[in-house]
Amino acid sequence: MITPVSPQETMPVVTPKPEKKVGAQTYVMTDPPYIAGAYTLVGPKEGAGPLGAAFHQVLSEPQWQEPSWERAEAKMMTTAVEAAIAAAGWGIPDVDLFLAGDLLNQIMAANISARSIGIPFFGIFGACSTMAQGLALGAMLLDGGFAHRVVTAASSHHHTAERQYRVPNELGTQRPMTAQWTVTGSGAAALAAGQVPGPPAGTGTAETQAYVEGAGGQSTANIRVTHVTVGKIMDLGQKDAANLGPAMAPAAAHTILTHLQDTGRQVSDYDLIVTGDLGQVGLEMAFQLLRSEGTDPGKRLTDCGVLIYNHERQDTHAGGSGCGCSAVVLLGYLLRLLNEGAYHRILFVGTGALFSPTSFQQGESIPGVAHGIVLESQTTMWQH
Amino acid sequence: MPFNFEKLAPPVFDQMVKEVKPKPTVLKNAVLAFVVGGLICALGQIMFFSYLSMGLPEQDATSATAGTLVFLGALLTGLGWYDTLGKFAGAGSIVPITGFSNSIVASALEFKREGYIFGVGAKMFIIAGPVLVYGFMTSALIGLTYYLVR
Repeated sequence: MITPVSPQETMPVVTPKPEKKVGAQTYVMTDPPYIAGAYTLVGPKEGAGPLGAAFHQVLSEPQWQEPSWERAEAKMMTTAVEAAIAAAGWGIPDVDLFLAGDLLNQIMAANISARSIGIPFFGIFGACSTMAQGLALGAMLLDGGFAHRVVTAASSHHHTAERQYRVPNELGTQRPMTAQWTVTGSGAAALAAGQVPGPPAGTGTAETQAYVEGAGGQSTANIRVTHVTVGKIMDLGQKDAANLGPAMAPAAAHTILTHLQDTGRQVSDYDLIVTGDLGQVGLEMAFQLLRSEGTDPGKRLTDCGVLIYNHERQDTHAGGSGCGCSAVVLLGYLLRLLNEGAYHRILFVGTGALFSPTSFQQGESIPGVAHGIVLESQTTMWQH
Repeated sequence: MPFNFEKLAPPVFDQMVKEVKPKPTVLKNAVLAFVVGGLICALGQIMFFSYLSMGLPEQDATSATAGTLVFLGALLTGLGWYDTLGKFAGAGSIVPITGFSNSIVASALEFKREGYIFGVGAKMFIIAGPVLVYGFMTSALIGLTYYLVR
Protein backbone atom coordinates (compact mmCIF):
# COMPACT_ATOMS: atom_id res chain seq x y z
CA MET A 1 0.00 0.00 0.00
CA ILE A 2 1.24 3.43 -0.89
CA THR A 3 1.07 6.06 1.78
CA PRO A 4 0.21 9.51 0.50
CA VAL A 5 3.04 11.99 0.78
CA SER A 6 2.39 14.93 3.02
CA PRO A 7 2.19 18.32 1.26
CA GLN A 8 5.26 19.49 3.11
CA GLU A 9 7.41 16.84 1.48
CA THR A 10 6.26 17.68 -2.03
CA MET A 11 7.33 21.31 -1.65
CA PRO A 12 10.05 21.95 -4.24
CA VAL A 13 13.46 22.14 -2.66
CA VAL A 14 14.97 25.47 -3.61
CA THR A 15 18.64 24.96 -4.34
CA PRO A 16 20.63 28.16 -4.38
CA LYS A 17 22.17 29.03 -7.73
CA PRO A 18 25.80 27.90 -7.93
CA GLU A 19 27.71 30.92 -6.71
CA LYS A 20 30.33 30.87 -9.46
CA LYS A 21 27.87 30.43 -12.31
CA VAL A 22 26.48 33.31 -14.35
CA GLY A 23 23.86 33.01 -17.06
CA ALA A 24 23.30 29.71 -18.78
CA GLN A 25 26.75 28.20 -19.27
CA THR A 26 29.44 30.47 -17.85
CA TYR A 27 31.51 30.16 -14.69
CA VAL A 28 33.34 33.11 -13.18
CA MET A 29 36.51 32.41 -11.25
CA THR A 30 36.33 34.04 -7.82
CA ASP A 31 40.09 34.01 -7.44
CA PRO A 32 41.28 33.52 -11.02
CA PRO A 33 43.92 30.80 -11.43
CA TYR A 34 47.03 31.80 -13.32
CA ILE A 35 49.22 30.13 -15.90
CA ALA A 36 52.45 29.60 -14.01
CA GLY A 37 54.28 28.00 -16.91
CA ALA A 38 53.72 26.83 -20.44
CA TYR A 39 55.60 24.86 -23.03
CA THR A 40 54.91 23.95 -26.63
CA LEU A 41 56.69 21.77 -29.12
CA VAL A 42 55.84 21.11 -32.73
CA GLY A 43 56.91 19.12 -35.76
CA PRO A 44 59.03 20.49 -38.61
CA LYS A 45 56.07 21.54 -40.78
CA GLU A 46 54.58 23.66 -37.99
CA GLY A 47 58.04 25.04 -37.23
CA ALA A 48 58.33 26.16 -40.86
CA GLY A 49 54.95 27.92 -40.66
CA PRO A 50 54.32 31.61 -39.93
CA LEU A 51 54.25 31.02 -36.14
CA GLY A 52 57.40 28.87 -36.10
CA ALA A 53 59.40 31.29 -33.97
CA ALA A 54 56.70 31.40 -31.28
CA PHE A 55 56.99 27.74 -30.29
CA HIS A 56 59.40 26.69 -27.58
CA GLN A 57 60.78 23.71 -29.45
CA VAL A 58 60.66 22.53 -33.05
CA LEU A 59 61.44 18.89 -33.81
CA SER A 60 63.64 18.19 -36.81
CA GLU A 61 61.73 15.03 -37.70
CA PRO A 62 58.26 13.92 -36.61
CA GLN A 63 59.19 10.45 -35.34
CA TRP A 64 61.78 11.85 -32.91
CA GLN A 65 63.87 8.63 -32.86
CA GLU A 66 60.97 6.70 -31.31
CA PRO A 67 59.85 3.24 -32.45
CA SER A 68 56.42 4.49 -33.54
CA TRP A 69 54.53 7.70 -34.30
CA GLU A 70 52.40 7.09 -31.23
CA ARG A 71 55.43 6.85 -28.95
CA ALA A 72 56.74 10.04 -30.51
CA GLU A 73 53.47 11.80 -29.70
CA ALA A 74 53.58 10.54 -26.10
CA LYS A 75 57.18 11.71 -25.78
CA MET A 76 56.18 15.13 -27.09
CA MET A 77 53.47 15.42 -24.46
CA THR A 78 55.75 14.21 -21.66
CA THR A 79 58.40 16.72 -22.67
CA ALA A 80 55.88 19.57 -22.83
CA VAL A 81 54.45 18.68 -19.41
CA GLU A 82 57.82 18.37 -17.69
CA ALA A 83 59.03 21.61 -19.23
CA ALA A 84 55.84 23.50 -18.31
CA ILE A 85 56.19 22.32 -14.71
CA ALA A 86 59.82 23.38 -14.69
CA ALA A 87 58.97 26.73 -16.27
CA ALA A 88 56.57 27.30 -13.37
CA GLY A 89 59.44 26.60 -11.01
CA TRP A 90 57.71 23.54 -9.59
CA GLY A 91 58.72 19.94 -9.24
CA ILE A 92 56.54 16.99 -10.28
CA PRO A 93 55.50 16.22 -6.65
CA ASP A 94 54.14 19.78 -6.27
CA VAL A 95 51.46 19.11 -8.87
CA ASP A 96 48.11 17.78 -7.61
CA LEU A 97 46.48 16.77 -10.87
CA PHE A 98 47.29 16.12 -14.51
CA LEU A 99 44.54 16.53 -17.13
CA ALA A 100 45.38 15.56 -20.68
CA GLY A 101 44.03 14.15 -23.89
CA ASP A 102 44.78 13.56 -27.55
CA LEU A 103 43.06 12.28 -30.68
CA LEU A 104 43.97 8.61 -30.56
CA ASN A 105 41.70 5.74 -29.60
CA GLN A 106 41.45 5.57 -25.80
CA ILE A 107 43.71 8.69 -25.72
CA MET A 108 46.80 6.51 -26.02
CA ALA A 109 49.40 9.29 -26.09
CA ALA A 110 48.06 10.93 -22.93
CA ASN A 111 47.88 7.58 -21.10
CA ILE A 112 51.46 6.67 -21.99
CA SER A 113 52.61 10.15 -21.07
CA ALA A 114 50.74 10.08 -17.73
CA ARG A 115 52.32 6.70 -16.97
CA SER A 116 55.81 8.15 -17.16
CA ILE A 117 54.98 11.45 -15.44
CA GLY A 118 53.26 9.88 -12.42
CA ILE A 119 50.93 12.74 -11.41
CA PRO A 120 47.33 11.73 -10.47
CA PHE A 121 45.63 11.75 -13.84
CA PHE A 122 42.29 12.37 -15.52
CA GLY A 123 42.24 11.55 -19.22
CA ILE A 124 40.00 13.87 -21.22
CA PHE A 125 38.70 13.80 -24.78
CA GLY A 126 37.24 16.72 -26.66
CA ALA A 127 38.86 16.22 -30.07
CA CYS A 128 40.39 19.57 -31.05
CA SER A 129 38.74 21.25 -28.04
CA THR A 130 40.83 19.18 -25.61
CA MET A 131 43.15 22.05 -24.61
CA ALA A 132 40.18 24.28 -23.83
CA GLN A 133 38.55 21.43 -21.95
CA GLY A 134 41.71 20.88 -19.89
CA LEU A 135 42.14 24.57 -19.10
CA ALA A 136 38.44 24.87 -18.18
CA LEU A 137 38.44 21.83 -15.90
CA GLY A 138 41.80 22.81 -14.44
CA ALA A 139 40.68 26.35 -13.66
CA MET A 140 37.43 25.08 -12.12
CA LEU A 141 39.23 22.51 -9.96
CA LEU A 142 41.68 25.16 -8.77
CA ASP A 143 39.09 27.83 -8.11
CA GLY A 144 36.83 25.27 -6.49
CA GLY A 145 39.56 24.60 -3.96
CA PHE A 146 40.24 21.01 -4.99
CA ALA A 147 43.84 21.56 -5.99
CA HIS A 148 46.62 24.10 -5.81
CA ARG A 149 48.57 23.13 -8.88
CA VAL A 150 47.28 21.43 -12.02
CA VAL A 151 48.99 20.63 -15.28
CA THR A 152 46.95 20.25 -18.43
CA ALA A 153 48.15 19.12 -21.83
CA ALA A 154 46.93 18.18 -25.29
CA SER A 155 48.67 16.69 -28.28
CA SER A 156 48.12 15.52 -31.80
CA HIS A 157 50.40 14.05 -34.41
CA HIS A 158 49.78 14.17 -38.13
CA HIS A 159 50.88 10.60 -38.78
CA THR A 160 49.03 8.97 -35.86
CA ALA A 161 45.83 10.80 -36.72
CA GLU A 162 45.99 10.08 -40.46
CA ARG A 163 46.36 6.35 -39.99
CA GLN A 164 43.59 6.18 -37.43
CA TYR A 165 40.99 8.53 -38.90
CA ARG A 166 41.74 8.44 -42.60
CA VAL A 167 44.09 6.41 -44.78
CA PRO A 168 47.66 5.08 -44.56
CA ASN A 169 50.21 7.90 -44.77
CA GLU A 170 51.85 6.63 -47.95
CA LEU A 171 48.61 6.20 -49.89
CA GLY A 172 48.68 8.30 -53.07
CA THR A 173 45.36 10.15 -52.81
CA GLN A 174 44.33 13.77 -53.15
CA ARG A 175 42.89 15.55 -50.14
CA PRO A 176 39.78 17.64 -50.73
CA MET A 177 40.23 21.42 -50.57
CA THR A 178 38.08 21.52 -47.42
CA ALA A 179 40.29 19.06 -45.52
CA GLN A 180 42.43 20.29 -42.64
CA TRP A 181 45.96 19.20 -41.83
CA THR A 182 46.44 17.56 -38.42
CA VAL A 183 49.10 19.45 -36.51
CA THR A 184 52.05 17.58 -35.03
CA GLY A 185 52.42 19.32 -31.73
CA SER A 186 51.88 19.28 -28.01
CA GLY A 187 51.27 22.05 -25.53
CA ALA A 188 51.15 21.98 -21.74
CA ALA A 189 50.13 24.60 -19.23
CA ALA A 190 50.94 24.61 -15.53
CA LEU A 191 47.99 26.23 -13.75
CA ALA A 192 48.07 27.52 -10.18
CA ALA A 193 45.19 28.53 -7.93
CA GLY A 194 44.83 32.30 -7.56
CA GLN A 195 46.09 32.35 -3.98
CA VAL A 196 49.13 30.16 -4.62
CA PRO A 197 52.18 32.40 -4.35
CA GLY A 198 54.53 32.75 -7.31
CA PRO A 199 57.11 30.12 -8.12
CA PRO A 200 58.73 28.80 -4.97
CA ALA A 201 62.41 29.29 -5.78
CA GLY A 202 64.39 26.22 -6.55
CA THR A 203 61.60 23.64 -6.43
CA GLY A 204 62.29 22.51 -9.97
CA THR A 205 65.36 20.34 -10.18
CA ALA A 206 68.50 21.97 -11.50
CA GLU A 207 68.37 19.63 -14.48
CA THR A 208 64.86 20.63 -15.60
CA GLN A 209 65.55 24.31 -14.92
CA ALA A 210 68.60 24.22 -17.14
CA TYR A 211 66.63 22.32 -19.76
CA VAL A 212 63.86 24.88 -19.79
CA GLU A 213 66.25 27.81 -19.94
CA GLY A 214 68.03 26.14 -22.83
CA ALA A 215 64.78 25.44 -24.67
CA GLY A 216 63.30 28.85 -23.88
CA GLY A 217 60.46 27.72 -21.61
CA GLN A 218 58.13 30.42 -20.49
CA SER A 219 56.93 31.57 -17.10
CA THR A 220 53.80 33.64 -17.52
CA ALA A 221 52.53 34.23 -13.99
CA ASN A 222 50.55 37.34 -14.91
CA ILE A 223 48.02 35.61 -17.16
CA ARG A 224 44.87 34.39 -15.50
CA VAL A 225 41.81 32.34 -16.46
CA THR A 226 38.87 34.48 -15.42
CA HIS A 227 35.86 32.83 -17.07
CA VAL A 228 34.94 29.44 -18.44
CA THR A 229 31.98 28.86 -20.76
CA VAL A 230 31.17 25.19 -21.12
CA GLY A 231 29.79 24.44 -24.55
CA LYS A 232 26.74 22.44 -25.59
CA ILE A 233 26.85 19.99 -28.45
CA MET A 234 25.64 21.54 -31.69
CA ASP A 235 24.91 19.40 -34.73
CA LEU A 236 23.36 20.84 -37.87
CA GLY A 237 23.60 17.55 -39.73
CA GLN A 238 27.07 17.83 -41.27
CA LYS A 239 28.42 14.42 -42.26
CA ASP A 240 31.55 15.17 -44.27
CA ALA A 241 34.60 13.97 -42.34
CA ALA A 242 36.81 15.80 -44.85
CA ASN A 243 35.13 19.10 -44.01
CA LEU A 244 34.98 19.37 -40.22
CA GLY A 245 35.03 23.16 -39.92
CA PRO A 246 31.34 23.63 -40.77
CA ALA A 247 30.43 20.82 -38.35
CA MET A 248 32.05 22.79 -35.50
CA ALA A 249 31.09 26.31 -36.58
CA PRO A 250 27.60 26.24 -35.01
CA ALA A 251 29.11 25.14 -31.67
CA ALA A 252 31.69 27.93 -31.86
CA ALA A 253 29.03 30.54 -32.67
CA HIS A 254 26.77 29.21 -29.92
CA THR A 255 29.48 29.32 -27.27
CA ILE A 256 30.67 32.81 -28.27
CA LEU A 257 27.12 34.24 -28.27
CA THR A 258 26.21 32.48 -25.01
CA HIS A 259 29.41 33.72 -23.39
CA LEU A 260 28.65 37.31 -24.39
CA GLN A 261 25.06 36.98 -23.12
CA ASP A 262 26.10 35.35 -19.85
CA THR A 263 28.75 37.93 -19.05
CA GLY A 264 26.95 40.93 -20.50
CA ARG A 265 30.04 41.70 -22.54
CA GLN A 266 30.52 42.82 -26.15
CA VAL A 267 32.91 41.54 -28.77
CA SER A 268 34.83 44.81 -28.26
CA ASP A 269 35.57 43.81 -24.65
CA TYR A 270 38.04 41.32 -26.12
CA ASP A 271 41.23 42.06 -27.98
CA LEU A 272 40.81 38.76 -29.77
CA ILE A 273 38.33 35.93 -30.00
CA VAL A 274 40.18 32.90 -31.24
CA THR A 275 38.58 29.61 -32.18
CA GLY A 276 40.57 26.40 -32.51
CA ASP A 277 40.39 24.87 -35.07
CA LEU A 278 37.67 25.71 -37.53
CA GLY A 279 39.96 26.21 -40.50
CA GLN A 280 39.11 28.65 -43.28
CA VAL A 281 35.77 27.12 -44.27
CA GLY A 282 34.59 26.72 -40.68
CA LEU A 283 35.70 30.23 -39.72
CA GLU A 284 33.72 31.68 -42.60
CA MET A 285 30.68 29.68 -41.46
CA ALA A 286 31.13 30.93 -37.88
CA PHE A 287 31.22 34.51 -39.20
CA GLN A 288 27.98 33.92 -41.10
CA LEU A 289 26.21 32.38 -38.09
CA LEU A 290 27.36 35.15 -35.75
CA ARG A 291 26.25 37.82 -38.23
CA SER A 292 22.87 36.12 -38.58
CA GLU A 293 22.41 36.77 -34.84
CA GLY A 294 23.46 40.40 -35.20
CA THR A 295 27.00 40.04 -33.88
CA ASP A 296 29.79 40.97 -36.28
CA PRO A 297 33.15 40.19 -34.70
CA GLY A 298 35.04 41.68 -37.66
CA LYS A 299 38.81 41.40 -37.35
CA ARG A 300 38.63 40.39 -33.70
CA LEU A 301 37.68 36.82 -34.61
CA THR A 302 40.32 34.48 -35.92
CA ASP A 303 41.17 30.79 -35.75
CA CYS A 304 44.20 28.78 -34.60
CA GLY A 305 43.91 26.48 -37.62
CA VAL A 306 44.08 29.46 -39.97
CA LEU A 307 47.02 31.05 -38.13
CA ILE A 308 49.35 28.07 -37.85
CA TYR A 309 50.19 27.42 -41.52
CA ASN A 310 50.82 29.37 -44.67
CA HIS A 311 48.09 27.61 -46.63
CA GLU A 312 49.35 28.53 -50.08
CA ARG A 313 52.96 27.62 -49.49
CA GLN A 314 52.48 24.68 -47.13
CA ASP A 315 49.67 22.97 -49.04
CA THR A 316 47.49 22.57 -45.97
CA HIS A 317 44.19 23.34 -47.72
CA ALA A 318 41.60 24.64 -45.22
CA GLY A 319 44.00 24.92 -42.28
CA GLY A 320 45.40 23.12 -39.28
CA SER A 321 43.49 20.86 -36.90
CA GLY A 322 44.02 18.44 -34.05
CA CYS A 323 44.31 18.87 -30.28
CA GLY A 324 47.87 20.07 -30.74
CA CYS A 325 46.89 22.93 -33.05
CA SER A 326 45.00 25.14 -30.61
CA ALA A 327 47.28 23.98 -27.77
CA VAL A 328 50.47 25.24 -29.41
CA VAL A 329 48.94 28.36 -30.96
CA LEU A 330 47.41 29.38 -27.63
CA LEU A 331 50.29 28.43 -25.33
CA GLY A 332 53.06 29.36 -27.74
CA TYR A 333 51.95 32.30 -29.85
CA LEU A 334 48.98 33.92 -28.07
CA LEU A 335 50.41 33.58 -24.57
CA ARG A 336 53.51 35.44 -25.72
CA LEU A 337 51.36 38.24 -27.11
CA LEU A 338 49.44 38.43 -23.82
CA ASN A 339 52.68 38.38 -21.90
CA GLU A 340 54.19 41.15 -23.99
CA GLY A 341 51.08 43.27 -23.56
CA ALA A 342 49.96 43.17 -27.20
CA TYR A 343 46.68 41.69 -25.96
CA HIS A 344 45.09 42.16 -22.56
CA ARG A 345 42.08 39.94 -22.72
CA ILE A 346 41.24 37.17 -25.15
CA LEU A 347 38.43 34.66 -25.47
CA PHE A 348 39.79 31.30 -26.53
CA VAL A 349 37.12 28.98 -27.94
CA GLY A 350 38.39 25.43 -28.40
CA THR A 351 36.22 23.59 -30.92
CA GLY A 352 35.94 19.84 -31.35
CA ALA A 353 34.37 17.63 -34.01
CA LEU A 354 33.38 14.65 -31.89
CA PHE A 355 33.24 12.01 -34.59
CA SER A 356 34.85 8.62 -34.78
CA PRO A 357 35.55 6.53 -37.88
CA THR A 358 32.78 4.18 -36.69
CA SER A 359 30.17 6.92 -36.26
CA PHE A 360 31.12 8.30 -39.66
CA GLN A 361 30.82 4.90 -41.37
CA GLN A 362 27.46 4.32 -39.73
CA GLY A 363 26.19 7.54 -41.27
CA GLU A 364 25.97 9.60 -38.07
CA SER A 365 26.25 13.34 -38.39
CA ILE A 366 29.11 15.04 -36.58
CA PRO A 367 28.48 16.45 -33.09
CA GLY A 368 30.42 19.68 -32.59
CA VAL A 369 31.42 21.23 -29.29
CA ALA A 370 33.15 24.45 -28.24
CA HIS A 371 34.37 25.58 -24.84
CA GLY A 372 35.26 29.19 -24.08
CA ILE A 373 38.09 30.36 -21.80
CA VAL A 374 38.85 33.98 -20.98
CA LEU A 375 42.54 34.72 -20.52
CA GLU A 376 43.44 38.07 -19.09
CA SER A 377 46.79 39.57 -18.28
CA GLN A 378 47.04 40.72 -14.69
CA THR A 379 47.96 44.31 -15.42
CA THR A 380 44.55 45.01 -16.93
CA MET A 381 42.72 42.93 -14.36
CA TRP A 382 43.32 45.54 -11.70
CA GLN A 383 42.32 48.39 -14.01
CA HIS A 384 38.85 47.04 -14.66
CA MET B 1 17.09 31.12 -25.23
CA PRO B 2 18.03 29.24 -28.37
CA PHE B 3 19.58 31.16 -31.24
CA ASN B 4 17.88 31.20 -34.62
CA PHE B 5 20.63 29.25 -36.38
CA GLU B 6 20.11 26.27 -34.09
CA LYS B 7 16.86 25.60 -35.94
CA LEU B 8 18.43 25.58 -39.41
CA ALA B 9 17.43 22.42 -41.28
CA PRO B 10 20.41 20.30 -42.39
CA PRO B 11 19.77 20.91 -46.13
CA VAL B 12 19.65 24.69 -45.55
CA PHE B 13 22.89 24.65 -43.60
CA ASP B 14 24.39 22.34 -46.23
CA GLN B 15 23.57 24.90 -48.88
CA MET B 16 25.29 27.63 -46.83
CA VAL B 17 28.37 25.42 -46.51
CA LYS B 18 28.35 24.65 -50.23
CA GLU B 19 28.53 28.35 -51.04
CA VAL B 20 31.60 28.81 -48.83
CA LYS B 21 33.48 25.65 -49.78
CA PRO B 22 36.42 26.10 -52.15
CA LYS B 23 35.62 24.56 -55.52
CA PRO B 24 37.69 21.53 -56.52
CA THR B 25 39.92 22.20 -59.52
CA VAL B 26 38.14 19.67 -61.74
CA LEU B 27 39.63 20.59 -65.11
CA LYS B 28 43.20 20.74 -63.83
CA ASN B 29 42.71 17.42 -61.98
CA ALA B 30 41.26 15.77 -65.09
CA VAL B 31 44.09 16.96 -67.33
CA LEU B 32 46.79 15.85 -64.88
CA ALA B 33 45.06 12.50 -64.36
CA PHE B 34 44.83 12.01 -68.12
CA VAL B 35 48.48 12.87 -68.74
CA VAL B 36 50.02 10.91 -65.84
CA GLY B 37 47.65 7.97 -66.24
CA GLY B 38 48.42 7.93 -69.94
CA LEU B 39 52.17 8.01 -69.28
CA ILE B 40 51.92 5.07 -66.87
CA CYS B 41 49.96 3.11 -69.47
CA ALA B 42 52.43 4.07 -72.19
CA LEU B 43 55.25 2.87 -69.94
CA GLY B 44 53.37 -0.43 -69.56
CA GLN B 45 52.98 -0.69 -73.31
CA ILE B 46 56.72 -0.10 -73.85
CA MET B 47 57.47 -2.82 -71.28
CA PHE B 48 55.05 -5.18 -73.00
CA PHE B 49 56.71 -4.68 -76.39
CA SER B 50 60.15 -5.11 -74.83
CA TYR B 51 59.13 -8.40 -73.21
CA LEU B 52 57.68 -9.54 -76.56
CA SER B 53 60.87 -8.61 -78.36
CA MET B 54 62.82 -10.59 -75.73
CA GLY B 55 60.90 -13.61 -76.94
CA LEU B 56 58.22 -14.00 -74.27
CA PRO B 57 54.88 -15.34 -75.53
CA GLU B 58 52.12 -12.74 -75.48
CA GLN B 59 50.32 -14.03 -72.38
CA ASP B 60 53.55 -14.20 -70.36
CA ALA B 61 54.55 -10.73 -71.56
CA THR B 62 51.23 -9.38 -70.20
CA SER B 63 51.84 -11.00 -66.81
CA ALA B 64 55.45 -9.80 -66.74
CA THR B 65 54.34 -6.24 -67.53
CA ALA B 66 51.72 -6.28 -64.77
CA GLY B 67 54.28 -7.73 -62.36
CA THR B 68 56.88 -5.09 -63.20
CA LEU B 69 54.37 -2.25 -62.80
CA VAL B 70 53.22 -3.66 -59.44
CA PHE B 71 56.86 -3.84 -58.37
CA LEU B 72 57.46 -0.24 -59.46
CA GLY B 73 54.37 0.95 -57.55
CA ALA B 74 55.55 -0.90 -54.44
CA LEU B 75 59.09 0.44 -54.76
CA LEU B 76 57.95 4.05 -55.16
CA THR B 77 55.59 3.62 -52.19
CA GLY B 78 58.43 2.25 -50.07
CA LEU B 79 60.63 5.17 -51.07
CA GLY B 80 57.84 7.54 -50.05
CA TRP B 81 57.40 8.98 -53.56
CA TYR B 82 54.09 7.49 -54.64
CA ASP B 83 51.99 9.66 -52.30
CA THR B 84 53.65 12.74 -53.80
CA LEU B 85 52.85 11.47 -57.28
CA GLY B 86 49.29 10.66 -56.19
CA LYS B 87 48.79 14.15 -54.82
CA PHE B 88 49.80 15.54 -58.18
CA ALA B 89 48.13 13.06 -60.51
CA GLY B 90 45.04 11.97 -58.55
CA ALA B 91 43.10 9.29 -60.39
CA GLY B 92 45.91 9.16 -62.96
CA SER B 93 48.07 7.24 -60.50
CA ILE B 94 45.28 5.56 -58.50
CA VAL B 95 43.50 3.77 -61.34
CA PRO B 96 46.46 1.97 -63.01
CA ILE B 97 47.76 -1.23 -61.41
CA THR B 98 50.57 0.78 -59.77
CA GLY B 99 47.88 2.49 -57.67
CA PHE B 100 46.54 -0.90 -56.59
CA SER B 101 50.05 -1.83 -55.55
CA ASN B 102 50.40 1.46 -53.65
CA SER B 103 47.18 0.85 -51.72
CA ILE B 104 48.41 -2.54 -50.48
CA VAL B 105 52.02 -1.59 -49.75
CA ALA B 106 51.06 1.69 -48.03
CA SER B 107 48.71 -0.24 -45.72
CA ALA B 108 51.29 -2.94 -45.05
CA LEU B 109 53.92 -0.33 -44.19
CA GLU B 110 51.54 1.61 -42.02
CA PHE B 111 50.46 -1.30 -39.85
CA LYS B 112 53.77 -3.17 -39.59
CA ARG B 113 54.19 -1.96 -35.99
CA GLU B 114 51.02 -3.80 -34.98
CA GLY B 115 52.73 -7.10 -35.88
CA TYR B 116 52.67 -9.48 -38.85
CA ILE B 117 49.32 -11.10 -38.00
CA PHE B 118 46.94 -8.38 -36.88
CA GLY B 119 49.00 -5.60 -38.42
CA VAL B 120 50.38 -6.40 -41.85
CA GLY B 121 48.27 -9.53 -42.43
CA ALA B 122 44.92 -8.14 -41.38
CA LYS B 123 45.32 -4.51 -42.43
CA MET B 124 47.13 -4.96 -45.75
CA PHE B 125 43.85 -4.99 -47.67
CA ILE B 126 41.94 -2.24 -45.88
CA ILE B 127 41.99 -0.12 -49.03
CA ALA B 128 42.33 -2.79 -51.73
CA GLY B 129 40.04 -5.29 -50.00
CA PRO B 130 36.74 -3.96 -51.38
CA VAL B 131 38.24 -3.85 -54.90
CA LEU B 132 39.22 -7.52 -54.58
CA VAL B 133 35.94 -8.67 -53.02
CA TYR B 134 33.71 -7.00 -55.56
CA GLY B 135 36.12 -7.67 -58.43
CA PHE B 136 36.16 -11.42 -57.70
CA MET B 137 32.39 -11.46 -57.21
CA THR B 138 31.77 -9.72 -60.50
CA SER B 139 34.13 -12.01 -62.39
CA ALA B 140 32.51 -15.08 -60.84
CA LEU B 141 29.05 -13.82 -61.81
CA ILE B 142 30.15 -13.06 -65.36
CA GLY B 143 31.81 -16.46 -65.60
CA LEU B 144 28.63 -18.18 -64.42
CA THR B 145 26.48 -16.14 -66.83
CA TYR B 146 28.84 -16.99 -69.67
CA TYR B 147 28.72 -20.71 -68.78
CA LEU B 148 24.90 -20.72 -68.67
CA VAL B 149 24.27 -18.55 -71.72
CA ARG B 150 26.82 -20.20 -73.95
